[in-house]
Amino acid sequence: MTSDLPVVLVIEDELAVRRFLRVSLSAHGFRVVEAESGETGLSLAAANNPAVVLLDLGLPDIDGVSVTRRLREWSRVPVIVISARGREDDKVTALDAGADDYLTKPFGVNELLARIRVALRHAHGSASADDATLQLSGLCIDLARRTVSVDGREAHLTPLEFRILALLARNAGKVLTHRQILNEVWGPGHAGENHNVRVHVAELRKKLEADSTRPRRLMTEPGVGYRLRDREDES
Amino acid sequence: MSDPVPRPDPDAVLKRVQHEEARAARAKLKIFFGFAPGVGKTYRMLQVARDLVIEEKPVDVVVGLVETHSRFDTEALLLGLEILPRRAVAYRGRTLDEFDLDGALARRPRLLLLDELAHTNAPGSRHAKRWQDVLELLDAGIDVFTTVNIQHVESLNDVVAQITGVQVRETIPDSILERADEIELVDIAPEELLARLREGKVYLPEQARRAADQFFRHGNLLALRELALRRIAQHVDDDVREFREQHGVVETWPAGERILVCVGPAPSSARLIRSACRMAAGLRAPWVASYVDTPALGGMSEPDRVRLEAHLRLAESLGATIVRLSGTRVGEALLDWARKQNVTRIVIGKPTHSRLRDRLRGSLLDDVVRGSGEIDVLVISGDDDGPRNESPEHTLQDAVPAKSWWLATALIAGTTAIAAILHRWLHVPDVEMLYLLAVMTAAVFLGRGPSLLAAALGVAAYDFFFVTPVLTFRVADVRFLMTFAMMFGVSFLLSELATRLRRQERDARAREERTAALVALSSELGSVVALPDAALRVARLAARTFDASAAVLALDASGKLERIAAHPANAGLDSNELAVSRWALENARMAGAGTDTLPGARSLAIPLGPTREPIAVLALIRNAAAPLGADQRGFLLAFCRQAAIALERTVLAERAGAASVRARTEAMRSSLLAAVSHDLRTPLAAITGAATSLRNVSELGAGSQRELIETICDGAERLERLVTNLLSMTRLESGAVALRREWVPLDEIVGSALTALDKVLAHRELRAVLDPDLPLLAVDPILIEQLLVNLLENALRYAPEGALEIRAKRCDGEVEITVADRGPGLPPEVRARPFEKFVRGAGARGPGVGLGLAICHGIATAHAGSIVAEPRAGGGTLFRVRIPAGEAPPLAAPAEDRAP
Repeated sequence: MTSDLPVVLVIEDELAVRRFLRVSLSAHGFRVVEAESGETGLSLAAANNPAVVLLDLGLPDIDGVSVTRRLREWSRVPVIVISARGREDDKVTALDAGADDYLTKPFGVNELLARIRVALRHAHGSASADDATLQLSGLCIDLARRTVSVDGREAHLTPLEFRILALLARNAGKVLTHRQILNEVWGPGHAGENHNVRVHVAELRKKLEADSTRPRRLMTEPGVGYRLRDREDES
Repeated sequence: MSDPVPRPDPDAVLKRVQHEEARAARAKLKIFFGFAPGVGKTYRMLQVARDLVIEEKPVDVVVGLVETHSRFDTEALLLGLEILPRRAVAYRGRTLDEFDLDGALARRPRLLLLDELAHTNAPGSRHAKRWQDVLELLDAGIDVFTTVNIQHVESLNDVVAQITGVQVRETIPDSILERADEIELVDIAPEELLARLREGKVYLPEQARRAADQFFRHGNLLALRELALRRIAQHVDDDVREFREQHGVVETWPAGERILVCVGPAPSSARLIRSACRMAAGLRAPWVASYVDTPALGGMSEPDRVRLEAHLRLAESLGATIVRLSGTRVGEALLDWARKQNVTRIVIGKPTHSRLRDRLRGSLLDDVVRGSGEIDVLVISGDDDGPRNESPEHTLQDAVPAKSWWLATALIAGTTAIAAILHRWLHVPDVEMLYLLAVMTAAVFLGRGPSLLAAALGVAAYDFFFVTPVLTFRVADVRFLMTFAMMFGVSFLLSELATRLRRQERDARAREERTAALVALSSELGSVVALPDAALRVARLAARTFDASAAVLALDASGKLERIAAHPANAGLDSNELAVSRWALENARMAGAGTDTLPGARSLAIPLGPTREPIAVLALIRNAAAPLGADQRGFLLAFCRQAAIALERTVLAERAGAASVRARTEAMRSSLLAAVSHDLRTPLAAITGAATSLRNVSELGAGSQRELIETICDGAERLERLVTNLLSMTRLESGAVALRREWVPLDEIVGSALTALDKVLAHRELRAVLDPDLPLLAVDPILIEQLLVNLLENALRYAPEGALEIRAKRCDGEVEITVADRGPGLPPEVRARPFEKFVRGAGARGPGVGLGLAICHGIATAHAGSIVAEPRAGGGTLFRVRIPAGEAPPLAAPAEDRAP
């Protein structure tokens, strides 16, 4: 039965994009429910219990950020926002409003599937957050002993760097905005002081990456934040 | 076939249409004209106004100010008319009721009634005269009815005075009569007027009673009435002439009459001017009032100067053009100019001085008459040639300091001592030569007075000490009297010459200074293209030249008068002075100190710009209390004209600049279209072709299918890149990009740029060498990333082989980022302008429209940075980007050490 398949709710007004998403997601084992507007999307979300919501930020009726907020009032379903290049602020707003990840148009199907996989994993396997050690792409992070090893060699991190890395690692594969990192690590009252995060991430990179100008693990999402890659093959 | 019927010249017809339009648009002035007080002008004016009010479509009429003199029938006419409240002006303990100009302008009726056009406003009013109020009302688009009597008309003022023996001080310029759209003569038989006078129906002020008896004589009234009728006929004649011109009737008067009147400081000049004005009006010829500045006249006394200036202003107010000439001989200068300007008649005053003076100094009249040739010379009497103080003797005395007198005395004493020594011990017989030398010295260096004193003292000393009988003033030999006369004569002649030389030199220097100032102005303004810059230079030079603080003001977009430049920089104007400037700007006329408008102000405001619509106004507050002299005033006007031209030029340049921007935008749009048509279509064609192949041909091999799919993906990527670039470029150009500056480590930006190009860089060697001590940069990280990506893409495209290199280092206050390749270097056609839009090297591989580097340039510029391209040592190209570094904010520590 199709109903056994995980449901992806696509809230997008462009027919062409919906068609591409329907075809490619169906081929990869999802059931696609489509909504052309924000209001329809919200009611379909209530009716269909989707596993993931793909939300376009430029909707004809209400903007995507409002949809995210309203959805978050009653649901923890992973939301991946889709928006055009150059609208980084919208993405950050949506992420801070509770969206889980984002995709920039145009995007390839592999990128889309990777995001969905990460979102699903975080939604279901939240148990990983309780693990004492996190292992990803050559990094081994021991949360209890606060140690990190890179490709088997121990890296010496400051407590602050460790907390940033731990935060990114618990959300591996997901983007975190500067604001989210500031809030989690520095605490409230540091809004807008993004350079704190940037400086420490740069330090972190020097310790974790072979070449800090060609990062393989700690990726910058320009204008949005950072993402710790959880799998080497991710594009 | 030629057309025998003369047709109106098309240009003339066009002009006529424009003229009629202007006439219809501008406010109408109607003057009720009388030949004497009491003819019923006010009554008639109110009658006409009433008719307009009780018409079917009543006109909005407001009575600005009407004097009824408590006459019942006149007051009855006022019933039902809206009357503007008068303005109370306190003056010397009394309160004067004045017309409220601002009230009228605020009320803005269609038609305003204003009695007594020739009225002089109370001191402290905006304008000195009511007729100026009327002009402002007309300019504001308000129709005006007003009344005036013939004796107030400037050009007829002296004629009326001759007829009646009563001099009227309040006058109106003839130009306002010309300005009138309609003049209605309010006529009444002199007998009837006299009867009304006897019945007490004519209001006369108390102080005028006595004069009235002289004025209201039957003969006088007849003459005045005729004069009034003639003046009105002239106005009607103007209308007829206009009508003829407008309707193709051939001009009857041979054109080309031109009258020149010679003006001087003598009081009779005023009469000359009025005569010339009447003559010019009669001939309908332009006329010029000229004044010749000679070295001898350069030392004109201050009262003369003031009178001369008054005469020139009178002539100007009567419609003359003013010309200031200079030359050594008045007659020559006049004739020279007259011949050049095709003057047909010269009006000159009758000489009043003795014939002897003409013999000695040459006669102006004689010079002019003899040299006039074709030109008619009209000699007109000056009946009230008052005492003139223009003789150089007087003016010289002022200039002699007390020291000179003492020096002259000392000189003679010294000479006497030396002469005594020479005479006593060396037995030199003729010491008078020594005295002559002393007198000459005094004449040359000390001026006339001291030199004459020296001569007198010299003669006395010589006589006393050296002429027998010695030690008495008696003279035995008559021969010595000759010597005395010679000494006086020499001192007089030499001092005269020396004085003249000094004066010429002084004048030359003054003229030189003015010329230098004008030259400085024009050269300073020559290169300026921006209005504020030009205004600043004008203010600076005006302040320096006229010993004043100067400000240039202009209206801003919201219509507020704003100071655009001032010198000294803190020179401010309070609201009163601002009002003066505003008035000058809005009315395109001078105002403030020394003018007829708002003379009580501290500042003098001169509009700058084209005559009708000035661009700005120059406000001067002089440091010295004395008003500007006549020549300084003329110079100020010349200065302002030049400044105006410069300001106008900057405004035009700005407009031209805007036009060229539009042209460039147009050019860019067309190259954009070309780029779009080619570079958008090529990938689209590939995508469409590949996609349709995939749809139609199902039995393609797996390899072919894969190839087609790759084609589609490549095409899509190309399109994506192109669209991104076009979008960035457009946003950068339109200024729509607001920099979102953040403090970012450069490594992060380089990192994300290299990540973005990961796929293409996979097969190329790239070295990134960033100095470890790089500061944080306050930049928009997304834009700087794009800049780096574009530079790298450019390198990949034009340098197909060799390692790429990114370096960054600190470089005095800036961070320098270099992107270098080992390609063939910039092709010559691109070298001059690598950052221009749509410029591509011939060796370009792959798609692209030549926007990448233009975007880099735009981004660098937006960050107040720079970008240059240069050949790299050892081959290749090197792009050098510099971004200013700032002081980064401190890092914050976490609030508490929370568990991770």
